[in-house]
Amino acid sequence: MTTEHNDSNVLIEVQGLEKHFKNSTVRALNGIDVKINKGDVVVVIGPSGSGKSTFLRCLNLLEVPTGGHIWFEGQEITDKKNDINKMRQKMGMVFQSFNLFPHKSVRQNITMAPIKLGVMKKDEANRRAEELVERVGLPDKIDTYPNSLSGGQKQRIAIVRALAMNPDVMLFDEPTSALDPEMIGEVLDVMKELAKEGMTMVVVTHEMGFAKEVATRVIFMEDGKILAEDTPEEFFDNPDNERLRSFLSKVL
Amino acid sequence: MTEWFAHQKALFFLNLIDDDRWRYLADGLVLTLEITFFALILGLTIGIIIAIIRATHDNTYDTMAPGFGKIVLKVLNIISKVYLTVIRGTPVVVQLLIMYYIIFATSNNKLIVAVLAFGINSGAYVAEIVRSGIMSIDKGQMEAGRSLGFNYVQTMTGIIIPQAFKNVLPALANEFITLLKETAVSGYIALQDLTKGAYIIIGRTYSAFMPLIAIALVYLVLVMFFTWLVGRLERRLRSSDH
Ligand SMILES: Nc1ncnc2c1ncn2[C@@H]1O[C@H](COP(=O)(O)OP(=O)(O)O)[C@@H](O)[C@H]1O
Ligand SMILES: [Mg+2]
Repeated sequence: MTTEHNDSNVLIEVQGLEKHFKNSTVRALNGIDVKINKGDVVVVIGPSGSGKSTFLRCLNLLEVPTGGHIWFEGQEITDKKNDINKMRQKMGMVFQSFNLFPHKSVRQNITMAPIKLGVMKKDEANRRAEELVERVGLPDKIDTYPNSLSGGQKQRIAIVRALAMNPDVMLFDEPTSALDPEMIGEVLDVMKELAKEGMTMVVVTHEMGFAKEVATRVIFMEDGKILAEDTPEEFFDNPDNERLRSFLSKVL
Repeated sequence: MTEWFAHQKALFFLNLIDDDRWRYLADGLVLTLEITFFALILGLTIGIIIAIIRATHDNTYDTMAPGFGKIVLKVLNIISKVYLTVIRGTPVVVQLLIMYYIIFATSNNKLIVAVLAFGINSGAYVAEIVRSGIMSIDKGQMEAGRSLGFNYVQTMTGIIIPQAFKNVLPALANEFITLLKETAVSGYIALQDLTKGAYIIIGRTYSAFMPLIAIALVYLVLVMFFTWLVGRLERRLRSSDH
């Protein structure tokens, strides 16, 4: 079973993924199969409650699947024998509500994981943090606390915090949904930049412009299933699924 | 009037100066602070551990996969609940006496007995305070920590507990002050703490006013001092947020 998941181009492979929350009657995920290749920018869209967040959160096991398998870099994430903490170090995640650590400065937010997890020495982590905040245009904020930042700035720092671990994939769960409209652009710009540099990304978003511009593939989910999966061109210009057409007519 | 003053002065000398009787209070104060300090450390340690067990159980038990870990968590949670119920349901003096006469009947180290009794007692109150602090932290904090690759304990100790602590610092300070005052019953196991010091003086001089007012003042000054200290600490912690 392991050999077939060692295709060096495939970063994440999902087979028959199911999630059934205990206190809920609906199946949040109902048999998801998908492959994510290195360098892919996969955008996941779909109506609210269709299972997009659950799918994303299963990828790094924040949500434990009730069925199916997930492999990351050839190692099965859903196999309890594998060290999930080690694997998560290579999977950055960005949340809708930022979740910066309010009791730590921006610098500490960024350097905490690399230093404490023994990935970098303190000096190296500090240099990396400085370089990263520079890249997202916030060099003067490095020694402030999160509470002094705007939403857009918080989210850029949250992205940087995940990047500091040098992940092989970045997972985004509606990263701009909690932002005031005028701040959405600055966050999307950072994400576009990342995509252009070749970062593998899985992005749940309602920003169709972002999907059209940088996605290599778009996935449409409904009722815990993938109903359509295609390149953005085919996806938006020639939607062949009735539900997708009706969804797109509402959001575009 | 002058007669009254003269009388008070005589009482003061009799109770505190003659035969160096103030020493009972000074030595008693040192012992009171010793018991309080070590009991505080023990109480915080027990309290934080129990709080983590209880919060972990409440947050994760239902979604945990069946297995050995789940059983261990269940057992630890039951033990914690029994501890909390028993300790908070009985008077601290009774706990102190049980510790001294039953559990440590063969040991002579009264200081250790007192520290254990008061520490174990305080731990129960600290546990509930810290637990409420942990529960007040947004669950996104745990998820962010875990998503970076920290394990559960690292996330708890490095991210959740420091924030929880800050939120409940006033309540913890109250618990510390309660603990300081509760050590006044140490005399029950013949420890010469501050209160017992006054008691001894009364036994010698047969006058109660001066010794009792003296220790009341000492307790009051201590409590006011610690209240002020915690207030400063709180302001410093809060300013780091903004
Ligand atoms: N923690 C949970 N407990 C119970 N049900 C949940 C939980 N999280 C999500 N769900 C349910 O799972 C389904 C999918 O939710 P979600 O993945 O959040 O959808 P989306 O992100 O697409 O809006 C919904 O029906 C939702 O109510
Ligand atoms: Mg969602």
